[in-house]
Amino acid sequence: MSKTSLSQSKPDNLPKPKINWAKVEESEKFAEMVKLFRQGKINRDDFRRFRLQHGAYGSRMTDDYSMIRIKIPAGEVYPEQIEKIAELSESFSIGNAHVSTRQNFQLHWVALEDVSEVMRGLTEVGLTSREACGNTVRNVMCSPIAGVCPDEIFDPTPYAMAATRFLLRNPMNQSLPRKFKINFTCCEKHGMARIADIGLIPHKVEVNGKSQNGFKIFLGGGLGAQSFVGHHLEEFTSDEDLLYTIISVIRVYDRMGNRENMARNRMRYLVNELGWEKFQNIVLKERAVVRATQSVVIKLELDKTSEVLRKVSISSEMPSHPTGFPRWLKTNAVKQKQPGFSIAFLTLESGDVTANQLRIIADIAREFSAEGRIRNGFAQDIVFRWVRDEDLPKLYARLLEAGLANPGALTMASVIGCSGTTSCNLALTNSHRLAKEVQRKFLELKLDEDDDLRDSTIKISGCPNSCGQHEIATIGFYGGGGRLGKDMYPLYTMSLGGRADEKAMLGLICMKVPTKRVIPTIIKIVEIFKSEKRPGETLDSWVHRIIDGNGGPNVKSLNDIKELLKPVVVAPTIDQDKDFYVDYGNDGSYHAKTGRGECAA
Amino acid sequence: MCCLSKEKTMRVTIDADALRSDIRDKSVKVLDIRKEEDYKQGHIPGAINFPLSNLLADDSPDKVVQYAQSFGIDDETPVVVYDDTFGALASRVAWTLQYIGHEDISLLDITFGTWKKLGLETSVEPPSLGKKTHSLKLQPEILATAEYLMPAKEKGAVLVDNRERLNFLEHHIPGAINIPYRMLASNQNVLRPKEELKRLIQNRNISPGSEVITYCGSVGTLSGLGYYALKSIGMENVKLYVRSFKEWNSLEKPIEKQNDANYWDLSAE
Ligand code: SF4
Repeated sequence: MSKTSLSQSKPDNLPKPKINWAKVEESEKFAEMVKLFRQGKINRDDFRRFRLQHGAYGSRMTDDYSMIRIKIPAGEVYPEQIEKIAELSESFSIGNAHVSTRQNFQLHWVALEDVSEVMRGLTEVGLTSREACGNTVRNVMCSPIAGVCPDEIFDPTPYAMAATRFLLRNPMNQSLPRKFKINFTCCEKHGMARIADIGLIPHKVEVNGKSQNGFKIFLGGGLGAQSFVGHHLEEFTSDEDLLYTIISVIRVYDRMGNRENMARNRMRYLVNELGWEKFQNIVLKERAVVRATQSVVIKLELDKTSEVLRKVSISSEMPSHPTGFPRWLKTNAVKQKQPGFSIAFLTLESGDVTANQLRIIADIAREFSAEGRIRNGFAQDIVFRWVRDEDLPKLYARLLEAGLANPGALTMASVIGCSGTTSCNLALTNSHRLAKEVQRKFLELKLDEDDDLRDSTIKISGCPNSCGQHEIATIGFYGGGGRLGKDMYPLYTMSLGGRADEKAMLGLICMKVPTKRVIPTIIKIVEIFKSEKRPGETLDSWVHRIIDGNGGPNVKSLNDIKELLKPVVVAPTIDQDKDFYVDYGNDGSYHAKTGRGECAA
Repeated sequence: MCCLSKEKTMRVTIDADALRSDIRDKSVKVLDIRKEEDYKQGHIPGAINFPLSNLLADDSPDKVVQYAQSFGIDDETPVVVYDDTFGALASRVAWTLQYIGHEDISLLDITFGTWKKLGLETSVEPPSLGKKTHSLKLQPEILATAEYLMPAKEKGAVLVDNRERLNFLEHHIPGAINIPYRMLASNQNVLRPKEELKRLIQNRNISPGSEVITYCGSVGTLSGLGYYALKSIGMENVKLYVRSFKEWNSLEKPIEKQNDANYWDLSAE
C-alpha cells in the first residue's frame, strides 16, 4: 500500500465482534439468483421464498426494491458494524437505517440488484441478514439491559447468543409453517417474554443445596390479527434442558403447525386449537425423546469468558451542564446494578437514524461505553450501557450536537410506529409518520416530564397486523380506512390497556379515531385521566382500574371514555376540512391501497 | 498510435502518488474546481482555480477552449481535475474538456479533503499560467440531448439516473434505472475499484458493450461522475445527458414515479 493511505487513529483496546454470523457465498448466490429471476429462469414464488430466507422483503407496490433486515442477535452491535451499516445505507439505500422493534437494523428501498452487495458488505463485519424474514426462526431477542439490569437474577445474553448460533442455518429451521420468534428477557419487568413463540425469563432454584440456572419459559404468545399471551410451560426449566426444550417446541410446531391457512399458521393458533394442556404434553414428551436421542450430540455453546471492561476516560472539563440535561437525565438514563455506571437510552423517531448519526453513535460507543458497543432496544431505540455516571453530561452534549438528544426515551413520548405506507405492502396508513408526529407533540408539550405518564406507552401499526405492537400499548392504534358518504379518510382503531409485563394483556378495542384526530384524542385521554386519577395513580394504572370495573363516578368503563371522546372524533365533510381526508405525507385524498403481503410467503 | 491514444484517454483516475510525481516533473496541469475562497485557503501546489460556477456561466465550446488556452493547456497537455465534492464537480469539468476534444484528462482519485487528511503538501501560491493554443474538435458521441434519449432507449440504450434513491423514486425519466452517485465511491476514493464497479454493473445485467446515458438533477455533475465510473471499467459507449432532469422537467416531457408510498417519511432528517 502506498504511503498515502488513511490510517485510522482509533483506540486499540476495542472489543471485536465475538461471533461471525456471515457467509460470503450467500451474497454470491443471491446475485446469481437475481440474474436468473430477471431472465425468467426462476419463477416468482420460488424466488420470493429464497429472497425472504436471506432477509430481503419486497417494498411497497414493487419487487424491484427490497427492505433488507440485518439480524442483530440479542441486539448487540459493535462500532465497526454500525459504521458499515452507515456506509451501506449511503451507498445502496436512502442514507438512513431503521432500528426495528425486534432489535434488527433495516435498510429500505435497496434495489434488488444491490441486495447481494449489501450482504457482501455485511460479511466484512460478521453480520448477516440470513433468516431475518421468511418461515424461519427470526432474530433471537434479549433484553437490551441484560447483564446490567438491577432486577435480573443472571445475564441471559450468552444463552441468547448460543441459541442463535445453534439455530442459524440449522436445517430444522429452514421451512417452518411460518415465522418463529424467541425472546429472552432479563427479568419480569423488562421484556416481551409473553408475546413470543418462546419467551424466556432467567430463573434460579436450589437443587440439592446447589443453585441451578434456568428459565421460566412461555409458549405460544404473539401479536397479530389475533393475539395471544404465552403459557407458562413448567415451574422451572434448567439451562441444561434449554436447548432440548427449544428444539422440541420447534419440532412439534414444524410437524403439527398449520401449513394451509396463511392467516392461522403461527404457533399460537396451534396452541389455541389443541388446547394448552395437550400442547404442553406433546412438547414435554417430545423433549424426553429429544433428550434421549440427541444428548450426546448437541450442547449449547455458551460463552463463559468473562467480559473485560475497558477503562474509559473522558476529559471532564465541563463548566456547566448543557441545557436540557436534567430533563434528558430523568427520562433517558437509569442506574445499572453495577455502582457507578448508568444505562443511557437514545430514542429515535420511529426508529429512523441517518448514516451520519450512526457514525457518531459508533464513536460514542467507543468513547463512553466501557463495553465498547451498543445494544438495539425493544422500542426502536439504541442503548448505551456501562457509561460512567459522571460522563453522562458529556454524553448528553455529544448527543445534542448530533440531533440525538431527544428526551422521553423511557416515557410515553417514545412512540412506536411500524413502517406503514413508507415501505410496507400491507399498510393502510402512514403509521410511521404518525408516530413521529405524536412524539414531537409530546415533547413540545413536555409530557415526557410528567411522571403520571411515564410507564404508559403509545404504539401504532399501519394495519391490523401488529408490527407496531399496538396491542401491548396503553394506547394502541392500527390503521384502516373510513368513509363519509363517498369520501374516504384514513383512520385508526384505538385499543386501551395493553401491556407486556407479568400482568400481560392485550389492549381492548375502544373506538375508531380518524388519523388527523389521533393527537387530539390522546391529549383528551390524558385530560380525562388527570381529572379522574387518584393520588399516585398513573395513566396505565387508571386505565386498568377502569378495565377491572373499578372506575370512578364519572368514568366507569371504557364506554364512558368513548362517550367523552365522541366530540373529538366526528368527521367533518370534505368541504369543511380537506386535510382531514389526507393521510400524513400525502397531498392527495386518501385511498386504501395494498399489495401482496410477504410475511407468509 | 491510435490504440495508444485510446489507452491514454482510458486513464480515468490518477492517484495521489502519481500526481505528485507529475507535479514535480511539471508535466501536468491541475485544475481545482472548488470555490475561489476555498482555493485561496490552500490548494494542491500549482493547481489553477476553475470554480464550477465559472464554467456553468457559459459552457459553450468556444468559451471552454478559451478557458483551456488561458490556463496554458494545449491539445497534448495532461490535465488532472479535483474538487471537494466527491469528484462530481471535477467530473463535469473533465467531461466538458473531453467534449471539446481534449484527450488527456484524469480525475484525481481522492478529494481535496482527503488529500489534506493524508497530510500531503498544499500551497497558497498562485500558479503560473502561460497562454497556449488549443484546437476545437467536438466529440458529439459523448453528449446526449433531450431529443436523443427516447429514440436511443428504444434501440436498447440504458438510461442511468445518478441522483439519490429518494429523488429517483419521487420522479425520473421513464425507464431509467437508478445508480445513486454514492454507490460509485469507496470509503477513500471518488470511484470504487474497477472490479467492484464491474460487479455492480454486471449485477444489473448491463453488458459492457451497451450504450449508456447518464443524467442527474440539474447540471450533469453527479452524472458526470457516473459517466467516468462507467468509462473507468472500459465501457466505450457512454454519454452524458448534461442538461439532465432539470431540462427534461422544464420541457414537460413524461415522468415516471414510484406511486403510493411515503418513502420520504423514512428519512430521519
Ligand atoms: S403492521 Fe401492517 S403496515 Fe405495519 S409493518 Fe406490519 S404489515 Fe406493514
